[in-house]
Amino acid sequence: MNTFDLANESVRQLNQTLHSNQCKDAEIAVINPGGKHSIAVGAMVNCQVNIDGHVGYYCAGMNQQADIVINGNAGPGLAENMMSGTVRVKGNASQYCAATAHGGLLVVEGDAAARCGISMKGIDIVVQGSIGHMSAFMAQTGRLVVFGDAGDALGDSIYEARIYLQGQPKSLGSDCIEKPMNDEHKQELGELLARANSTGVDISNFRRYGSARELYNFKVDNLSAY
Amino acid sequence: MSKKIDQSWLNESATFTRPVIREIQRAASEGIYDIRGFGAKRSIPTFDDLLFLGASVSRYPLEGYREKCDTRVTLGTRFAKKPIEISTPITIAGMSFGALSAQAKEALGRGATEVGTSTTTGDGGMTPEERQHSKILVYQYLPSRYGMNPDDLRKADAIEVVVGQGAKPGGGGMLLGQKISERVAQMRDLPQGIDQRSACRHPDWTGPDDLEIKIQELREITDWQVPIYVKVGATRTFFDVQLAVKAGADVVVVDGMQGGTAATQEVFIEHVGIPTLPATRLAVEALKGIDMHRKVQLIVSGGIRTGADVAKALAMGADAVSIGTAALIAMGDNSPEFENEYNELGTSAGYYDDYQDGKDPSGISTQDPELGRRLDPELAGRRVANYLRCLTLETQTLARAAGKTDVHNLEPEDMVALTIEASAMAKVPLAGTDWIPGVTHKF
Repeated sequence: MNTFDLANESVRQLNQTLHSNQCKDAEIAVINPGGKHSIAVGAMVNCQVNIDGHVGYYCAGMNQQADIVINGNAGPGLAENMMSGTVRVKGNASQYCAATAHGGLLVVEGDAAARCGISMKGIDIVVQGSIGHMSAFMAQTGRLVVFGDAGDALGDSIYEARIYLQGQPKSLGSDCIEKPMNDEHKQELGELLARANSTGVDISNFRRYGSARELYNFKVDNLSAY
Repeated sequence: MSKKIDQSWLNESATFTRPVIREIQRAASEGIYDIRGFGAKRSIPTFDDLLFLGASVSRYPLEGYREKCDTRVTLGTRFAKKPIEISTPITIAGMSFGALSAQAKEALGRGATEVGTSTTTGDGGMTPEERQHSKILVYQYLPSRYGMNPDDLRKADAIEVVVGQGAKPGGGGMLLGQKISERVAQMRDLPQGIDQRSACRHPDWTGPDDLEIKIQELREITDWQVPIYVKVGATRTFFDVQLAVKAGADVVVVDGMQGGTAATQEVFIEHVGIPTLPATRLAVEALKGIDMHRKVQLIVSGGIRTGADVAKALAMGADAVSIGTAALIAMGDNSPEFENEYNELGTSAGYYDDYQDGKDPSGISTQDPELGRRLDPELAGRRVANYLRCLTLETQTLARAAGKTDVHNLEPEDMVALTIEASAMAKVPLAGTDWIPGVTHKF
């Protein structure tokens, strides 16, 4: 196992390594992250990265293929624009985690702050705690699963993304409505929970939210919704 | 039969002009603001309000076609391991595949490459055609992040973080459903045929301190190889430029209010932002104020049409300019060749600005496959190259007349202003005087 001690080595050295084929299938330990920014960004190959401590902005940004575990809390923009692979944060995630992410799986074992999954484009997100306001704003595709509650304006201006929420939304955003939980959705949720290694969760407690598709094309009659 | 009237007696209101009356009638009928393409059409101070002082007794000129007048410029010398070197200080501005046809994007790449300059992607991502035909391609990093991915990011020769654009500083974009073809929809991860909003601000950063961290992230992902630009619409230009530099930009792009757009509210186009002329002077002052002029390169855009515009922007201190609308016109936009079809659309060659509708008979601002096929990328690319060459020659002509061996040696001292407004905005003296409004003493 390669170990990067960020108390002595730079984030640059770590990221350079993650951008080379030499770490393919390797296990990489990162210690003393000290809340530094841009840790493990742009990873390109299949590898396991274990970060022991808290990370700053944009950890795992644009990740491709790597499996990244953060044994701590994550700052803003965790896994932003992720393409594939998995990111798991054992603690809480700050605002706009998984912003615009296209693929892969993000698991937040704690809470996620405001704008979780903003403009998501295909990623799957499982938050085992609660999420803040304006989460899934303009979410395009992908799935967002939340065990706890959601803040104000959940799914505002949502497109085709699906939200599965066990708790209560403080309010729903424009054009976001509750939709029926059919068998296909229960199956989809079950598969997502299995991928996230989330056990002991009763699928029947979840409700599904998505787009009413009323704002897809501008109509002056909808002016009050904007 | 209506009575014939004597037109000479009609007195048009300067307040309620015929276009104003027509717009009120349209708004009353449709209940929604007007959305259009192109850029600001109102009259504002421009580079036309400046004149060059050619060489005479106190300066000697250079011989045209004989004595060398360099036009090359290197962009991104601050942090990037691989700065961009372009042969002419005129680049192609960001315009999206989606707003433009694939043929148009290819043509822009071909034209820019032929003369050794760069072209730029736009909202909607990088197309293979564009990358293949663009030797130097700048990849825009926009709030929507449509099509954004690290593979394309690493294929780019530079990254441009777009904070705003001159046509709509503070506004996002809207690509109307009629232009959302299957390919555009697929690239943007959205259903076909729906209106696509491009966000007005980035989803994962706010303010200059966050921007600094965001730029660091982009550098880390691309291993500090390529320059990172920051593009702003011209508003609070002095502060925006200094903050962009503080955030770590290699290059700052300032887009004046004349800058074009594919689809923006008319009220936004005509009433937000400041002209390119004062924005250029403010940007240069901002860079000089922190001793970063020529260390961080400045590109200005918005209403650049002629070599005179280019030369004046450079003389004021810009390192390069960008063109957008002018490049579309060079390809065939608003050509009399399509007059009958423009008439069918209720307009005329020279007035067409409905880029948002996707019905462009020239095949440029459309996603209609049949219309798109009308544009031959090789021919249109050749026209873009011809136009860029012409602009470059004109710029050199003016620089040689001022005795400069490099177009970047032009300076404010080589110019005077025709109007008090331009004098105040550009901070060059009113022609025939030593007076600059707002500047207490020149000598």
